Amino acid sequence: MSQEPADLPAWSLPAGAGERISIGVDWPEQVTRDWAFGGSTGKGVRVCILDSGIESGHPRVGEVDGSVAFHRLEDGEFEVQEDGEGDLCGHGTACAGIVRQLAPECSLFSARVLGAGFKGSGPVLLAGLRWAVEQGFDVINMSLSTTKRQFAELLHELADRAYFNNTVLVASAHNMPVESYPWRFSSVISVGSHEEPDPMTFFYNPSPPVEFFARGVGVEIAWLGGGTILSTGNSFATPHMSGICALVLSKHPELTPFQLKNVLYLTANNVGGGT
Amino acid sequence: MSDLRAAVAAGALGSEEAYRELLQSIVEVARAIFGARASSVFLFDEESDELVFEAVAGEGAGDLIGQRFPSSTGIAGWVLVTRQPLVVEELDKDPRFAREAAESTGFVPKGLMAVPLLHEDNSLGVLEVLDRPQKAAFSLAEMELLGLFANEAAIALDLLLKARAARAVLEGEDGDADALARFAAKLDEAEPEQREAALQLLAAVQKLF
Repeated sequence: MSQEPADLPAWSLPAGAGERISIGVDWPEQVTRDWAFGGSTGKGVRVCILDSGIESGHPRVGEVDGSVAFHRLEDGEFEVQEDGEGDLCGHGTACAGIVRQLAPECSLFSARVLGAGFKGSGPVLLAGLRWAVEQGFDVINMSLSTTKRQFAELLHELADRAYFNNTVLVASAHNMPVESYPWRFSSVISVGSHEEPDPMTFFYNPSPPVEFFARGVGVEIAWLGGGTILSTGNSFATPHMSGICALVLSKHPELTPFQLKNVLYLTANNVGGGT
Repeated sequence: MSDLRAAVAAGALGSEEAYRELLQSIVEVARAIFGARASSVFLFDEESDELVFEAVAGEGAGDLIGQRFPSSTGIAGWVLVTRQPLVVEELDKDPRFAREAAESTGFVPKGLMAVPLLHEDNSLGVLEVLDRPQKAAFSLAEMELLGLFANEAAIALDLLLKARAARAVLEGEDGDADALARFAAKLDEAEPEQREAALQLLAAVQKLF
């Protein structure tokens, strides 16, 4: 039985077989914001917040479709468990609230890798990312990074695996001159902050490694206990970009991360997206 | 401690006190540049998973040094675990935060800027600037300025930690450094004749290397 071309990796292309890899996207003459995400609510798109958990029932977040945490076993491996803790620190809830604001009908999932006992350590971050990539989420929001070089190679592998499995990894960049990961990898969408107040304003950066700038200054974020607070940081620019990715993927689920990045480029405010 | 032992300690270990002063000076300058009410450096104590007040300028200076709290809570905790700088405003509107802050530090900031102290591939702690005057909306330029202070503070904190680790070795019962320091102390106290003999012995040992 022959499978659809998109289901199998194509290692080569015989003569005259171009149709076999026809692209399932009806590209318009000009990619506009209206084509990219006009009318989209994020419905059908699964977004995973790899963070400190999500406070369930927060008015800014609404329903969370699943929450897991990672329990370290004696042999150093991690076991995935249902997570009933919610969010003890608040950072993940803040990120989830921003994604929900932009993509109100997306499905939100929480993978808790930060919080008590984890010290933001590399091994649990890797375990969480590996799990999220294996689950095949459409978007993974990572408003965090590690400075541990020993984890860079594995993170790089996971980022590439995500990229080829049609999972978009959206990662916070550093605004300090330090080496940290995974935002520096070209297979992820890395996000820094701009100072504009509009949540849908984003810019393509022609001077990487930071590839996009999204709203990150004076953002009203969900705060533990059901309230909100004003905050600034790339941590909150990142879920803006994740939300925009969810909108595009909801309308064009067939887009690969490569194609999605192109759509983001073409609709960025400093490219063609002002219109 | 004898003069000689002190000299060995100072030479071998650097001066913990000097690094502490450097750290203190960084928070003083950070506070002054931002015109803020207070500025602090927290050290991340990995063993106990806590953040410790290591230097404080302005409000709370003098009282807070050495105070500890869990590393995974609060804004400093966010910054430590995510390695991302953050600014939070209107904190005084949150009754829970206000109560906790008042209990731990004695005052409730309206807003704070916090940045991780990253050195090589370690996250050593957090630098905070509390209650800068809210003349204008917060800008990314301020975040960058804070990042520069953070680099400086991270280097100072790294030196301080290394000095402490060296002192711990020196103060240990069985360490090589301690044996040398004890030898230095004895030498310092020795009669001229004994001293001369000991120095000759040392010169002979030196030829071995």
